[in-house]
Amino acid sequence: MKSSVITFPGSNCDRDMDVALKKFGFKNKMVWHADAELPKSDLVVLPGGFSYGDYLRCGSMASKSKIMQSVINFANSGGMVMGICNGFQILVETGLVPGVLLRNKYLEFICKNVFVKINDKKNKYFKNVDNDVLELHIAHNEGNYFCTDDQLKEIKDNNQIAINYCDENGKIEDQFNPNGSLKNIAGIFNKEKNVLGMMPHPERMIDTSLSGEDGSLFFKNLINNLK
Amino acid sequence: MIVNEQVAVDHGLKKDEYAKICELLKRTPNITELGIFSAMWNEHCSYKSSRLHLKKLPTKGKKVIQGPGENAGVIDIEDNDAIVFKIESHNHPSFIEPYQGAATGVGGIMRDVFTMGARPIANLNSIHFGSPQNKKTKNLLRGVVHGIGGYGNCMGVPTIAGQTSFDSSYNGNILVNAMTLGLVKKDKIFYSKAAGLNKPVIYVGSKTGRDGIHGASMASASFDEKIEEKKPTVQVGDPFTEKLLLEACLELMAGDSIIAIQDMGAAGLTSSSIEMASKGNLGIEINLNKVPCRETKMTPYEIMLSESQERMLIVLENGKEEQAKKIFDKWNLDFAVIGKTTKSKKIELYFDEEKVADIPVNTLVENSPMYDRKWKKAKLPKKNKIKKEDLKHLKIIDVLKKILANPNVCSKEWIWQQYDHTVMGDTIQKPGGDSGVVRVHGTDKAVAASVDSSAVYCWAHPITGGKQVVCESFRNLISVGAKPIAITNCLNFGSPENEENMGEFVECVQGIGEASEYLKFPVVSGNVSFYNQTKEEGIKPTPAIGGVGLIKNYQNMITMDFKEVDNLVLVIGKTEGHIDQSLFARNILDEKNGPPPEVNLFNEKNNGETLLKLIDNNLIKSAHDVSLGGIITAVSKMCIKGKKGINIKKPKYLIHEIEYFFAEDQGRYIIEINKKDFKKVADILHKNAVHFDELGTINENELYINDKTKVTIDELSTSNKSWLTDYMSK
Repeated sequence: MKSSVITFPGSNCDRDMDVALKKFGFKNKMVWHADAELPKSDLVVLPGGFSYGDYLRCGSMASKSKIMQSVINFANSGGMVMGICNGFQILVETGLVPGVLLRNKYLEFICKNVFVKINDKKNKYFKNVDNDVLELHIAHNEGNYFCTDDQLKEIKDNNQIAINYCDENGKIEDQFNPNGSLKNIAGIFNKEKNVLGMMPHPERMIDTSLSGEDGSLFFKNLINNLK
Repeated sequence: MIVNEQVAVDHGLKKDEYAKICELLKRTPNITELGIFSAMWNEHCSYKSSRLHLKKLPTKGKKVIQGPGENAGVIDIEDNDAIVFKIESHNHPSFIEPYQGAATGVGGIMRDVFTMGARPIANLNSIHFGSPQNKKTKNLLRGVVHGIGGYGNCMGVPTIAGQTSFDSSYNGNILVNAMTLGLVKKDKIFYSKAAGLNKPVIYVGSKTGRDGIHGASMASASFDEKIEEKKPTVQVGDPFTEKLLLEACLELMAGDSIIAIQDMGAAGLTSSSIEMASKGNLGIEINLNKVPCRETKMTPYEIMLSESQERMLIVLENGKEEQAKKIFDKWNLDFAVIGKTTKSKKIELYFDEEKVADIPVNTLVENSPMYDRKWKKAKLPKKNKIKKEDLKHLKIIDVLKKILANPNVCSKEWIWQQYDHTVMGDTIQKPGGDSGVVRVHGTDKAVAASVDSSAVYCWAHPITGGKQVVCESFRNLISVGAKPIAITNCLNFGSPENEENMGEFVECVQGIGEASEYLKFPVVSGNVSFYNQTKEEGIKPTPAIGGVGLIKNYQNMITMDFKEVDNLVLVIGKTEGHIDQSLFARNILDEKNGPPPEVNLFNEKNNGETLLKLIDNNLIKSAHDVSLGGIITAVSKMCIKGKKGINIKKPKYLIHEIEYFFAEDQGRYIIEINKKDFKKVADILHKNAVHFDELGTINENELYINDKTKVTIDELSTSNKSWLTDYMSK
């Protein structure tokens, strides 16, 4: 399986993603934001970080990068595109997934483990994951998902919510919502479910020595689903 | 502008220093030259009050590749890997503008590390604030934490450990010390020594603006009521540009075109160019019209004194300019050839085709003032006699809860949750433990780092306090299973012109030196911050020690959380019942006098090394050093972290229960072992003449003392975790 990780100026989880993808069997290539062409890929990842310093709206500058036109075309033709954290913010800015990401509710950066409930398993990202709840890691300042009522209705009708913040038993309640996200949304699909944006970093949870190992479950499953 | 004695005094120079400048130059300096002298001769850059004493610190060792004198220290961690590290203060700016002050402190120390070719792999910090009741404290704390996070998070370097304290002596002068560790191949370390004639001098990074002019001079003076007016001397940070600068520099460093490289930190272009020339025994000629400027009509004086951030000066091999420029173009950074090395041994600056400065380098460096300031020796205070009646009415659990909720003991999760501590995917011990630990990427090795200070002990008796901080750093590394290698120090003191403050400095340095010599834990880098003083009121002496150690196989790392019910808990090291200057004495008995706990270097070394032996033999399940709040506080933290309880039995000592549990005697650790290993552990401890007490057995979730007093761990956890969150949300 071939993957590509895009490096934008200010990306800082690009190496971590490269390490994770390779660990689970992907042949990964790092792609520079100013390139025009995507290498042949089964998966394209927009990694976390602070593209362009997030000095304008998070992700907005990166969404206009040269490479992004190719990424958008790839996604529109059914290619698998995953945006993690800042990558999610970039996806939102391209319009590939609906909604926006606001500043965290308590106006502070949060770095900690969270639990997320998988909402839908009829897609290539989560199909065949045994667990319903994963323990993942978040590290962000702007992960507070928001969209209009109409958008929310459409998202629900199309079953586009990928994961929700919850407790270890999968209970989705306000108290388990770390950043104020609407409906505890932690990750969302496009309509066709080939594009996934999510705040948690599975690449930081791939080893028992790290914060946990549920990221391994995610990647192992992902590569199997793509085969 | 005409330069005279008054103008020099306005620049922070003393009258006799101005006379010396005129004598060295054999003429009156022009304003640009005066600015350069004032920047190089201030306390922050010249170490004029401290140099004499710093020379006495032990700086050499088998593992030391580079000691003090470079951008940072370097130690050997085997297999051609080396760790570059340093701690630095950003105290003065952080009080004036907490967000930018703290942010640029973090940015500055990271630059020091990657200037040497190392990729930063971990950040730490030591931050100290006034009393929680002081009306400025909350905003300063919030601003500093946001600033540290804002910069470090954006850079993508994990913040893995730190220390926060509150004391009214910091009401008018907070301390913000930032430390960075970087990883480099031993044969790819870059230095700041220029070499060769007619080599191009390159400016890269951000453009130069008018921010931070006289920042270093501001940091070399006490505060008064007009301090808010100094806001323009605080630099503004741009972590995004620094991230680009990091990547671009490392890309250039992968080749062989760099002769010397130096970041523009305090005193900007002035100190960076002069340091490179001085170390290389060369001259440097710069055309200031070529310096990329952010604002129009900047004068030579402003360009030379600007402390705009995210800039570097590089001496390149001839003919490599185009190749280097390509890399900086790729990262959208300014790149300009601004001058060349010369044989003149002078700094020669040109602007609009006129020579605007012409100063022999040695006058700025070797001939800079050095003072043997007067200092007063501190007396060891008399021991207090604790009356048993004073202890009688105290209930251990109530006292314990108070201590766990004390601002200097309570959980700092509110702070470190705002720092990205997991980026780079190698953090195997997060903040909140004895040390932060990161793996050496792609290897079995891990590096542990801790930052410590004990201002109260240093204030009570500086020599003992100085020793104690080094020992605490040693213990914190050993507690996670790391072999201590070397330290960096950040020496925060009041005015060196005050004999008592100067005495505190001299004696703390003496204590640090003695301990680091004995423990073979040399000082490889550091920084001095004097004038942490508002009017006549100075801070408590606060030397912060950043220690670094190596874990050969990261699977053998130890954490402090209790692991398993029925395991045994021992205390290593003897408890004498030293209560003076303990958190208990100061906060519960309200007794602020007396000597700090004695430091016995033999025991420190022996106890620590013996614990490492036990760890090497896989006999230790968890470990934690005993510090503020004594044995019971240490044990409670291990319970809270491990979500387990313990049945404690006080050993049959003659000392009172309260003294046993809350004393702050040094050289002690709490360890958890499996029952079946008891004999093996006891044998090793006996053989090495290490005293130990059997303290108790781990249970599900309650703390029992002598079978009668009990409290649930949840209750203790609430006491420990709620203070800071409550304080910040009020």
